[in-house]
Amino acid sequence: MAESTRDIKRRIRGINNIKQITKAMELVASARLRRARERLEKTRPYYNTVYRNIQQVLSHVKDMNHPYVNKRDGDRAIYVVISADRGLAGGFNSNINRLVEEEIKDKKDKVLLITVGLKARDYFKRRGYNVIGEYLSMTERPSFSHARNIGNQVLEVYDKGEVDNIYLAYTEFITTLTQKAKIVKLLPAEELEEDLSESNSVIEFEPSPEEVLNYLIPKYLQSVIYGALIESACSQQGARRTAMESATENAEEMIEELELSYNRARQAAITSEISEIVSGAEALK
Amino acid sequence: MGFMLEIVTPDREFFSDEVDMVIVKGVEGELAVLKNRAPLITPLSIGKVRIKKDGNTRVAAIVGGYISVQKDKTTIVTDSAEWPEEIDVERAQRAKQRAEERLEKRPEGLDIVRAENALKRALNRLEVANLKKFSDENLD
Repeated sequence: MAESTRDIKRRIRGINNIKQITKAMELVASARLRRARERLEKTRPYYNTVYRNIQQVLSHVKDMNHPYVNKRDGDRAIYVVISADRGLAGGFNSNINRLVEEEIKDKKDKVLLITVGLKARDYFKRRGYNVIGEYLSMTERPSFSHARNIGNQVLEVYDKGEVDNIYLAYTEFITTLTQKAKIVKLLPAEELEEDLSESNSVIEFEPSPEEVLNYLIPKYLQSVIYGALIESACSQQGARRTAMESATENAEEMIEELELSYNRARQAAITSEISEIVSGAEALK
Repeated sequence: MGFMLEIVTPDREFFSDEVDMVIVKGVEGELAVLKNRAPLITPLSIGKVRIKKDGNTRVAAIVGGYISVQKDKTTIVTDSAEWPEEIDVERAQRAKQRAEERLEKRPEGLDIVRAENALKRALNRLEVANLKKFSDENLD
């Protein structure tokens, strides 16, 4: 019996260590989440504005002949996939990877990938996809220059005519508890069914609509990618925090159960000891 | 009564208030926007933004971007915007020197457009920073 109480004790100690680690990770993640959310709040006006402007421009130049607006016939595509560099964030990485793979697994040879974060790179490289760009160790603190580099690389491939569509896969931050992995199409630019009440008014473009689009489209790509990086950074911390929180809770539950069985084992040991002593004393009489 | 002006950068909402007039440097030259201007979208070059309100002028340095004039408000979207008092003059000086050296020596593989833009940004910052003494009667 003594043997088993010592075993239980050791397990409790082990689980307690794990609990301390998950607890610490939870605290770190919630601190980072707070910072990421502040950035998200500051950044949203920017990319929302750019997005709105581009939609307005597009609604005014419907019949324009421009490489960024014209639909292309093929179905070759480039995907920008935003994941994390580290795991232990619940389903964060696997959700986004699986979502993308689901869409591209049937046209493997027609798809190029740009991966952000270690997890997406490893996932798609191992499965033999054509990864033409990888951006690492910046998923937790993305800056605008990262978005610019990614945007330019994507656009270069598109300008060369190597792909027909550009997609972006990221995780939208809804609340701390809910994040949604999604894929959006970036180019050729499509109008969204938005309220275009202003579309009756005429907008001047200086020097010309083409020039303005030439300038605005790269900017639009960069800002949407930047927005997605920030959203994903936030989601990543949120997912990690939730995962670590439940891990800590599970550890606590296990410790409770083990303590119960430890006490039971201890009591059983004492009982049997007493009965041994009593029966020994009886025998002496 | 003026019109709404918003200046947004990737890092923050730089400015958001009612103004009487805003003067920017477009790719085609300087451009003043007043209330009820016809809707317009045009890219901007590296330069100053001058914001006029109630007879006071505030100046900020911006790095490219574009301006979008709409019925209800005017928006300037730019990569970076700074008030004169926020500009790190020493850093701008160093950037200027670096860019000048590079353009003078022209090392192999130099991205000339990029170096020139760096120089333009630095000069613009220094110019705006020097305006600090005039902008004491600014809006806030």
